[in-house]
Amino acid sequence: MAHTEWKDAPGLPDFSLLKRLARDQLIFLLEQLPGKKDLFIDADLMSPLDRIANVTILKQHEVDKLYKVELKPIVSSSDQLCFLIRPRIQTVKWISDLVNADKVAGRFRRYKIIFTPQKFYACETVLEEQGVYGDVTTDEWNFYILPLDDDILSLELPEFFRDNFLEGDQRWVTTAGSALRLLQSVYGSFSKVYGIGRCAKMVYESWRELMEDGEQRTRQPEFAKVFLVDRDVDFVTPLCSQVVYEGLVDDLFRIKCGSVEFGPDVTSSDKSIKVMLNSQDKVFSEIRNEHFSNVFGFLSQKAKNLQTAYDKRRGMDIQQMKAFVADELKGLKQEHRLLSLHIGASESMMKKKTKQDFQELLKTEHSLLEGFEIRECITYIEEHINRQVSMIDSLRLLCLLSITENGLLSKDYRSLKAQYLQSYGIEHLLTFANLRQLGLLEEQQAGETLTVMESKVGKLVNDKTVGKLTDAFSSLAKKSNFRALSKRLALVPKSGEEYDLRVPRDMAYVFSGAYIPLSCKLIEQVLERDGWTGMEEVTRMLNGQEFAVTGLDKEFVCIKLYIMFVSYVKLLNGGVVV
Amino acid sequence: MTRAKPEDDEYWNSSKFKAFTFDDEDDEFSQLKESKRAVNSILVDEDEDEDDVERVSWSGEPVGSISWSVKETASSIRSGSEQSFPKIDTTPSLSKQGSGYSLSSLFKEKFRSLQDKLLLLDEAVAVYDGNVITAVSQILFRELMARDVALRHYVHYLKEMGEQKLLVELLKALGRTEDMALMHYKEHLNIKDEGRRRDFLKSCLSLPFSQDDATHVQDHYTLLERQIIIEASDKKADAEIFKKFPRKASILNMPIITTLYYSCFYHYGESEGTFSSPSNIRKTFRISEKQYILTALGARAKLKSWFDVDSLFNTKNWLGYTKKKSPIGFHRVVDILHKNSAPVQVLQEYVNLIDDPDLKLSGALKYKCHDVVINTYRDLKDRQQLIVYREKLERDSPEYRKIQELLNNVQIRWKN
Repeated sequence: MAHTEWKDAPGLPDFSLLKRLARDQLIFLLEQLPGKKDLFIDADLMSPLDRIANVTILKQHEVDKLYKVELKPIVSSSDQLCFLIRPRIQTVKWISDLVNADKVAGRFRRYKIIFTPQKFYACETVLEEQGVYGDVTTDEWNFYILPLDDDILSLELPEFFRDNFLEGDQRWVTTAGSALRLLQSVYGSFSKVYGIGRCAKMVYESWRELMEDGEQRTRQPEFAKVFLVDRDVDFVTPLCSQVVYEGLVDDLFRIKCGSVEFGPDVTSSDKSIKVMLNSQDKVFSEIRNEHFSNVFGFLSQKAKNLQTAYDKRRGMDIQQMKAFVADELKGLKQEHRLLSLHIGASESMMKKKTKQDFQELLKTEHSLLEGFEIRECITYIEEHINRQVSMIDSLRLLCLLSITENGLLSKDYRSLKAQYLQSYGIEHLLTFANLRQLGLLEEQQAGETLTVMESKVGKLVNDKTVGKLTDAFSSLAKKSNFRALSKRLALVPKSGEEYDLRVPRDMAYVFSGAYIPLSCKLIEQVLERDGWTGMEEVTRMLNGQEFAVTGLDKEFVCIKLYIMFVSYVKLLNGGVVV
Repeated sequence: MTRAKPEDDEYWNSSKFKAFTFDDEDDEFSQLKESKRAVNSILVDEDEDEDDVERVSWSGEPVGSISWSVKETASSIRSGSEQSFPKIDTTPSLSKQGSGYSLSSLFKEKFRSLQDKLLLLDEAVAVYDGNVITAVSQILFRELMARDVALRHYVHYLKEMGEQKLLVELLKALGRTEDMALMHYKEHLNIKDEGRRRDFLKSCLSLPFSQDDATHVQDHYTLLERQIIIEASDKKADAEIFKKFPRKASILNMPIITTLYYSCFYHYGESEGTFSSPSNIRKTFRISEKQYILTALGARAKLKSWFDVDSLFNTKNWLGYTKKKSPIGFHRVVDILHKNSAPVQVLQEYVNLIDDPDLKLSGALKYKCHDVVINTYRDLKDRQQLIVYREKLERDSPEYRKIQELLNNVQIRWKN
C-alpha cells in the first residue's frame, strides 16, 4: 500500500504524534517503579516497542537489562522486575509462578506488570487465584496504534483474528474502539463512518459508547471518513498469491511490523540483515506496488542511473568533489545499498518461484476465481498435496476452492483431507477442524439426490466425464455467494481481453488482471455512493450487518484518506494452523 | 458453467500468463543480472567513510534496537555464570481457596437458571403448549444467543488456563463430543517422548471422533508405533545404504508420505511382511497409486536407480507386451528425473512418452533431447524450425547430421 496521489489532498496527518504519546505514557509508567529494574518484554512486542522507544531511552529511565518473555525460569539478579506484556493468561500464570517461587525461596523483589494495550479482568483473576495479587502492581499502557508507514497504521494484535473469528471471543472489540477514539481525539472527529460485518458493528458501538463518556472535540478533522470491514467479509483476497513487489517480498521473506529480514543469498555476503520497508526507502517506495513484471525494468534503469551518477566523479576537480561528497554522496551510497538489496531480493524471488510451478499455481487460482475447469483445479491441488510442495500453499488452494465453490463435495473433501494429512501430518486434522469452524474449508451440504446420482453415473462412465457431470450437478444444487458477488460487482474481468499491466485500468492489476479484490471494490462503491444505497443485493450476499453513519459535524472535505481496520490478515500463520 | 470456455492457448498467450514468462535467455532476467553486476561492481574509494551506513550486528539486528539488546543480554548470560534460581513449576494449578468469587462459579450460576428454563421448555413441548413454547422460546432465544457468546468466552478462557478436565466435562455436557475428542487429542502435541506419545494416541482411539477422524487417529497411532520400531532398527545403521547415504533425521513423527519416501529410499524391495517395506506402508495406510508412484519415483531417482524407475511404469498389456503407463503426467516424471540429474538418454525416453504435443516439444527443448525435437519437427514437417534448431547443435554431432539428412531428403513434403 502506498500513498496514492489524490490531487486535492492537503497531505498526510503527522502520525509520529501517536508514537510520542505512546512513548510518553510508557516512560511515565516506568518511572512509577523508580530505581534500577530489569524489563521483560513479550516477544511480539519487541519490534513495536523499538519503533516507539529504543534501548537508549529505556536505559535513560533506569532499565538495566532487557529480556524476552519465555515461559521458563528467569535468570535475573535484579530486585525490581518489570513485565511489559500482552494480557495473555499464560504469561500471567508464568509471572505468578515466578513470584511464588521467589516467595518460597525467601527472596523479596518488586514486581510491576504493564499490560498493553489493556488489562483484562481474567488476568487479574488469575493473579488472585494464584495468591499474588497483593505482591504485584499492575498498569495499562494504552499503546493502541503503531504507525508502520506514512499512511499505514496497525493495531499490531496478531491474536485478534484467531480470538475473534475462531474462538468467538470479543475481548479485543473495546481495544479497536479505543483505538478509534484515540485517533479521533488526536486528529479530530470523523464525519462519516461506514462498515460491514458483525465485529465492525461491535467496534463502532464500542467506540460510540466511549465517545459518549468522554468530551466532545470540535476541532477540524483530518480524517473525513472511516470504513470498518470484517476480515471474513473477504477471505478470497488474502488467499490469492501476491504478484506485486511488496506482496512477493512478504510471501517469501515475511514482512513483520514493517520490517523484513534478508538472508545471505540476498545480501550477497555471509550476513543476514533486517531492514525497514516503508516510504523512507526510496527504491522500495517506487516499486512496492508495481506488478512484478515491471520491477526488473525499473531496477535496471535505476542501476544505470546510479552508475552514471557515480561516474560523474571522474571528471571533477577538488572543489566539485568536496561538494559532491558533502551533498550527494551519502544519498547515492544509501541508494546503492538499497538497490543492491532489492535486486538481490528480486533474484531470490526469481529462483524460488520457479517458473513452471508458480505459473501453474496462478493458473489454478485464476481458474478458481473465474469458476471453470474446476475438476482440473482439483486434480492440480491433489498433485500439489501429493508432491508435498508447501503446506501453507496447499491449504490456501483448498480454502480458495472451498470459498469460490461454496464448499467442497463430500467425496472431494474427504479425499483431499486424507491426502493432506498423509502428506503433511495427521495432527492437521485439528487444522481442518479450525478451518471448518471459520467457514474457510467446508463440505457442501449436498442433498441425497446428488450423491445417489453421482454413484449411479459413476458406475457407467469414466472419471473425466463423471467430473464434468459432477460439476454440472453441483452448480444446480447450490448458489455460490462468491460467484454471485463476483458477477454482481464485476470482480473478474473478461478473459481474453488484453490487460496492460504497465498502465492498469483498474485494481485487478494486483492480481495480474485476473481479479479485483472484493473488499476494495466494496469500499470504492460505498464511497462513491456515500452509503449502501443500491447495494442491497450485495449486502444480502454478505450476510448484512452493513451500516453508514454521518457524524454530528458538518462534512469536511479536506482529505479522502480512509483507514481500513481490517482484522489481521495473516490468518493462516496467525495460529489457525496447528 | 454456461460461459464459453476460452481455449487453453488463449490463456497461455494472455497477459495474465505473460506476466510470468521468463525464459533463461529472456532479456529482462539477463538485464537484472547485468544490473546486479553493475551495482556490485561500483567501485567505492578506500578513503570514503563507511560510518554513515547503518551499523548492523552479526545477527542482522540493527545495533541499539531492542531485539539486539535482548540477544546481547541472553548471550552474555550463556557465556557468564549467573546464579540460577529454583525451577519454576509451570504445570497448571488453579488454587480455589484463594478467591471468594471465581470465574467458574460465576458461570455455574448462569447455567443453573438456564437449566430451569430449559426444563420448562421441555415440559411445554411435551404437552404441545404452543403459547408457553413461544413465550419461553423468545426469551430463551435471547438467552441462548447471550449464552452462546458467554459460552464461547468461557471455553476460550478454560483453554487458556489449561483446564483440560473442566473443559472436557463442559464440552461433554454441551453435547459437543467431537470437539471434546479433538481437544483431548490435541494434547499429544505436548508430549515429546515418542513412547509416551504413542501410548497417549492409543488412549485416544476410543474417543467420540467423527468416523473419518477416527480412522485418521487410528492411522496416527499405527504410524507412530511403526516408526518407533523402524527407528530403533535403522539407528544401528548396519546396512550398506546407511553408510553411503547417512540419515539426516529421525523418522519419528514424520508424515506418512515422508515415511514412505524414506522407506522407498532405504528399504526398497523388502517383503510386505516387514513394517519398514514400502509395500507394507502402502497397504496399511491405503496409499493411492498416484501417491505411491510419485513418492517412489522421487526416492529411486535420487538414488539414480533408473532401472527401478523404469519398473514403476512398466505394465504388461493383455498380449503380454510391456508398455509404460503413469497415473501422473509424464511431464511431471521428466521434471523429477531432471531434478535428480538423470542422463539424457533416460530423460529422452520419458519425454517421448509425453502425450500432449506442446508439452512434449517444450520438454524436449528444455531438456535438450535433440532426437525428440528433431523427430517432432520432422513429423510436423516444419523445415524452418529444423534449420533454426540445427544452429544450436555442434557441427559434427550425429544430431546435426541427422537434420542435414532430413533436409536433403527430397521425399519429405515440407510445409515451409
